[in-house]
Amino acid sequence: MARTLSQPVTVTFDYTRSTGPVIGRFLTGLRDGVVLGGRTADGRVLVPPPEFDPQTHAATTDFVEVGPGGVVDSWTWVPEPVAGQPFDRPFAWALVRFDGADCAMLLALDADHDAIATGMRVTVRWADERVGAITDIACVEPSAGDLGFDTLAALAAQPAAGEPVTGVVSPISLDYLYAASPEESAFFSGLAEGRIIGQRCPVCHKVYVPPRGACPVDGVPTTDEVELPDSGTITTFCIVNVPFLGQRISPPYVSAYVLLDGADIAIQHLILEVPADEVRMGMRVEAVWRPRDEWGTTIENIAHFRPTGEPDADYETYRMHL
Amino acid sequence: MRDVGVVAFAQRQMREFDGSPTCVELLVPIFAECYEQTGFTRQDIGFWCSGSSDYLAGRSFSFVSAVDAIGALPPVNESHVEMDAAWALYEAWLKIQTGEVDTALVYGFGKSSAGTLRRTLALQLDPYTMTPLWPDTVSIAALQARLGLDAGLWDEAALAAVADRSLRDAEHNEWAIRRGGSSVEDLLARPLYADPLRKHDIAPVSDGASAIVLAAGDRARDACERPAWITHFSHHIDPLHLGARDLTTSLSTRRSAPATRVDLAELHAPFSHQELVLRRELGLGEDIVINPSGGALTANPMFSAGLNRIGEAAGRVWDGTADRVLGHATSGPALQQNLVCAMGATP
Repeated sequence: MARTLSQPVTVTFDYTRSTGPVIGRFLTGLRDGVVLGGRTADGRVLVPPPEFDPQTHAATTDFVEVGPGGVVDSWTWVPEPVAGQPFDRPFAWALVRFDGADCAMLLALDADHDAIATGMRVTVRWADERVGAITDIACVEPSAGDLGFDTLAALAAQPAAGEPVTGVVSPISLDYLYAASPEESAFFSGLAEGRIIGQRCPVCHKVYVPPRGACPVDGVPTTDEVELPDSGTITTFCIVNVPFLGQRISPPYVSAYVLLDGADIAIQHLILEVPADEVRMGMRVEAVWRPRDEWGTTIENIAHFRPTGEPDADYETYRMHL
Repeated sequence: MRDVGVVAFAQRQMREFDGSPTCVELLVPIFAECYEQTGFTRQDIGFWCSGSSDYLAGRSFSFVSAVDAIGALPPVNESHVEMDAAWALYEAWLKIQTGEVDTALVYGFGKSSAGTLRRTLALQLDPYTMTPLWPDTVSIAALQARLGLDAGLWDEAALAAVADRSLRDAEHNEWAIRRGGSSVEDLLARPLYADPLRKHDIAPVSDGASAIVLAAGDRARDACERPAWITHFSHHIDPLHLGARDLTTSLSTRRSAPATRVDLAELHAPFSHQELVLRRELGLGEDIVINPSGGALTANPMFSAGLNRIGEAAGRVWDGTADRVLGHATSGPALQQNLVCAMGATP
């Protein structure tokens, strides 16, 4: 059995990038159904066009139409495609050298495994809808004839349509199985039973909650488990006035550092059941737990903290924890 | 130049690390081993440098959390690279050369098993013309392998021979996660995976962490009976676009090669054919011992596998099996970036 708690996590975000004049020209070409290479000072035509000449470092300005036919310089078979690839069934990648180009570029090749060979002729298959992105080339496919020029591909070429491409948005989505450390796992498992578990450093005797893999002061494992009460002192706080996406409580409300009694590091939590302008450093607070049947392995078992009504803690008791 | 030696090395390699992506619990015992090997305490370390990437396991600022394993009060002199820790070692070596510090502890860590490694690595490609297609690293290496096969630079038997030797050598490496040689014939009888590569031609997805301690002059002599003195340290990079370079060669490796010969080399080749490319570029003939650890084909923890090659090579100087050795690290698709660290029994 795993000694840690884990759960699937998907991280998604978009990269929004400006293209600059060279990549923009290339992607505009794809949108308009032509593949463009860039001519370098030594006369070679590179695809995709380099932004600057690798030898002279001059900006690329000489664009040359290449393809849509070409030849396979190398290829491989993908028996287990990963998410986002051009096909979700086994397929081939190829290094394709377009007619008129002096180097190859990487594209998917749609053909039977048995029908693929180095040197075979292929041609572009355009995406149904072209937007000015590398994915406008759906893939390459075996050429119908030996002309090195596919009529359908040629028909795809269309006069410049609209504004030049100046930017691309690349959606990224990454799937992980995210594990908590053994110490964090003990903390979250404790919360599921209504307990708050910390650990004490054997060297400096400081108590960390949530427990960490090592004492950040001494660099040694914090091995001694300590159960902490659910009451403590506000060491510092802020009043949240700014609305943001995903906010669950209407501003203004208070987010505070609560130093649990016996702990040496504060945890951050909400302070409710008190007007925001009455919250202060040194205020004594206690956890308000959600109903037991809603508990899981999460800090959200504690809905928030609220004032206990005790006198404020003496400044000296938390001075070292600010 | 100051004489700088590798004086300690500790590692962990595993198929799946049952723990947090920060790898703090792996690093704490690794650092303890480094202190034990050198007699240093953490106060003796002048500079700390690490290699890792948050993309690997989806944990933000994992390299900051990893600093917990050091104990950073009072604050420590620290840096980080988002590359294999072999490049962190280069930064640490430079730092010692500047005279600012005399010692450094360099570490790398990564939990590749948390995601789909061959897919995650598509993010290191050109973001306009490659990443949106999600080309996986295994496929890119396979395209490179075929170019060499078609050009007659190597054949399938040569690839299998590399894998077979690696798997045999790994039998003596407690940290290898794949081991056990058979024969070239047996390996060739196994099915193709990423045609023309078979699974044994492809490094296994690996988790792990490791650390190396560097020290200058007398600090090194005090810490280690027979330091592995760094005699050459160099790294270069090739263009990103696969079509912009000849994938059957590695100019960045050639440029990083030491001028003097070595007896033994640990090469970071995550794919069988890449060892053949590296050997040719570094001029390593049949008489040179290659990858006695089993190499990256038998365990390839991201961000420490390159550092491990340098640590393993240094270990052969410490134990007297070799006087002049070389450790190599690679990063990026199809051997795009390469680093070479040569070491010897004398500075």
